[in-house]
Amino acid sequence: MTLGSVPPKFKVSIDHDQCMDCGRCIENCSYGVYRREGDKILIESRKCTACLRCVSMCPRDAINITEKPIDYRSHPVWTREAREDIINQARSGKIILSGMGNARDLPIIYDNLLLDACQVTTPSIDPLREPMELRTYLGKKPSKLKFKKTESGDVELDTQLAPNLKLNTPIMIGHMSFGAISLNSQLSMAKAVKEIGTYMGAGEGGLHKNLYPYQDNMIVQVASGRFGVNIDYLERGAAIEVKIGQGAKPGIGGHLPGEKVNEEVSKTRMIPLGSDAISPAPHHDIYSIEDLVQLIRSLKEATEWKKPVFVKIAAVHSVARSAAGIARSSADAVVIDGFRGGTGAAPKVFRDHVGIPIETAIASVDQELRKQGVRNEISIIASGGIRSSADLAKSIALGADAVYIGTAALISLGCRVCGNCYRNLCPWGIATQRPDLVSRLDPEAGAVQVSNLIHGWTLELGELMGGAGINSIESLRGNRDRLRGYMLDEGMLNILDVLPAGA
Amino acid sequence: MCGIIGFIDRAKSRMDGSGIKAALSLMNERGSGEGAGYAAYGIYPEYADYYALHVFFDNMGEAKKKVDEILQLWGEIVHQEEIPNTPQPGLKKVHIPWRYFFKPSQNLIAGRMASENDVVMHIVMEVNEKINGATIFSSGKNMGVFKASGWPEDVANFYRIEDYKGYIWLAHHRYPTNSPEWWGGAHPFNLLNWSVVHNGEITSYGTNKRYVEGYGYKCTALTDTEVIAYLFDILGRQHGLSHEMIVRALVPPFWDDIDRMPEKEAMLNKAIRLTYGPALMNGPFSIVVGTDDGIVVFTDRIKLRPLVVGENGSKLYVSSEEAAIRTMDPEVKSIYTPRAGEPIIGRFI
Repeated sequence: MTLGSVPPKFKVSIDHDQCMDCGRCIENCSYGVYRREGDKILIESRKCTACLRCVSMCPRDAINITEKPIDYRSHPVWTREAREDIINQARSGKIILSGMGNARDLPIIYDNLLLDACQVTTPSIDPLREPMELRTYLGKKPSKLKFKKTESGDVELDTQLAPNLKLNTPIMIGHMSFGAISLNSQLSMAKAVKEIGTYMGAGEGGLHKNLYPYQDNMIVQVASGRFGVNIDYLERGAAIEVKIGQGAKPGIGGHLPGEKVNEEVSKTRMIPLGSDAISPAPHHDIYSIEDLVQLIRSLKEATEWKKPVFVKIAAVHSVARSAAGIARSSADAVVIDGFRGGTGAAPKVFRDHVGIPIETAIASVDQELRKQGVRNEISIIASGGIRSSADLAKSIALGADAVYIGTAALISLGCRVCGNCYRNLCPWGIATQRPDLVSRLDPEAGAVQVSNLIHGWTLELGELMGGAGINSIESLRGNRDRLRGYMLDEGMLNILDVLPAGA
Repeated sequence: MCGIIGFIDRAKSRMDGSGIKAALSLMNERGSGEGAGYAAYGIYPEYADYYALHVFFDNMGEAKKKVDEILQLWGEIVHQEEIPNTPQPGLKKVHIPWRYFFKPSQNLIAGRMASENDVVMHIVMEVNEKINGATIFSSGKNMGVFKASGWPEDVANFYRIEDYKGYIWLAHHRYPTNSPEWWGGAHPFNLLNWSVVHNGEITSYGTNKRYVEGYGYKCTALTDTEVIAYLFDILGRQHGLSHEMIVRALVPPFWDDIDRMPEKEAMLNKAIRLTYGPALMNGPFSIVVGTDDGIVVFTDRIKLRPLVVGENGSKLYVSSEEAAIRTMDPEVKSIYTPRAGEPIIGRFI
């Protein structure tokens, strides 16, 4: 090999004056940075991913990690990343794999949107003293109601409502499969959503039997690999989601590296032990919209029209047209996953270059559905890079009914976004199936952390709405008058249908 | 803050405008003298079958010609004239108020235009959106809106409001926070036979606006109140909801209350909230809506703006202040303040 090595990404050092030689760093680092030789702890910085497990566990704060200790000659075009990707591919001749969401330094539209508050002409509403309604129903809704008079003169409803999911807060947890993440991660989140009264996605990996007690708060997924899908699985979910695409990798299917397919995963997912599970890029029974319509109807028939069916698509350029097609089917909600959406494993070129920001996708889908007069009949769920209650509030003001969070939930479980999810070495016990690592995540403690996060955002959302003089989430939804764009260009303001700050 | 008044004589006995003028003027400190208006129902019995289109023209040239053309295209103008007015020293006449009595032609009613009302709504949207210098601000039958930028007395005297006799009256004195010069920004807002006076702000305006736009309504008045008239037109005329149900949809019960209702009632209220969520009105307001068969009065769900109701036999009064009601009717029998969100509906008997 003539290429030699590339400079290490991180430099790890131990302050020996502080170190008490307890060895926790060695035990905790699943990437093999630390080893003991004699009475010394030796460090191999090259293996470090900055997952910060060692730093978190060191009782003396003795560890220091610096990024890019040695850098390349600076160059505006041939960045470090560009050069290293080439070196990697020169070595391997393969597609570069990556984890988490889009890692490019592109502007985040959410950060350039500002929320409104009341001053003189309108009182703000104090959620501590007045009702504040965040309850959200997801599913098909009639465009109008009919009433009839009974013989006794009472007015009765004469319209049948389709089944809807009832959420106590418009925050759900997106689909992360058993396989991509550990059972303890799924259990933590399942306990949290049940406690809060919201939902989480099962991912395309089937439903492990330990999750059955939480099935009423779980949305099962039918993806192109159809892993784990049978009638028992469909009947267990509170709703069913057909996954057409994913924001992290629009246009291709799921990818679970064989390292993560242990016996439990293999059984739940119904795939061979140790083999890569690569879902087909399209569903091979959906080559057009009418095929999707049939699949939705089949799923509804199979479950006796008792469950909402969602369709998840990646936010790509034609997202509004796809959503309009879905709205015409019997689907109950369209899930749009923006290009910052996370993943356990995706080709880097897809993760970083394909798709559009979720903010623009919400705006154009909401607008298109309104133009076609069907917006309120179908729900919009937004996902992909939602980091805070502010992003949540802005998503709803742009037109979403609810959001899915993914990475944010994982961070609440300990994830430090090191981006090595595909290696089965996650030292936080999240994106791994290695029993010793999985056991580091206690589902009881994890559930508290996840539900704390959702509670916190829920409280903040209520405060933001109250500040804007709104006491019901319906009145925030699509209320773009309460948003202003800051340093956004005119084209972007037009797409978002938002006025500039000061206007 | 604004001052509002609503009146109905449920026996359809007509009252002239002098009492309303006095009552509204009493609440002068609730406004700033930059907008006042009156709506009266039952004032054009001789033209009861015709739409009375009240228009503000900036001039009688191009704009007037275009409106005439649209009306002649869609039907027949049986009479037109400037709305009688008397110049007032305190009121700057920035528009010429005009009225047409108009009947849509039957043979043009087809397809999307399923009724006379659809045609008139189309004309109103068309003129207000596309013709510079013309605004149709009143388009009902046997009723009319009279409004301008000025103090309540000046506006009333300008239009000689005491010369009209109506069985429903709405009145409003405005404290504008936007577009003060333009007469079209004053209340009442009207579409067909729906007229609205409104004290408050609608914090859900963006959501409501997008909802009504989905039904082809165009928000052109630069103020949130017009959306209420369109919501009533969608829910009342297009969806056929009763007045009680419209109010239920616009200011629905809280979920906590719905959860405590008997099952059938809870289901009905849930259906309303799911279906009409985008029509839900948020923010502080008290509202009076004039309709074909009476008035509908309601406040926001936590009653952030005042509303007082008074009754005397067949007469029902509502206002921001009790004193205004007592000015109209010193003999008023019962006076009370309705609960938040509770509709007060006055119907003809």
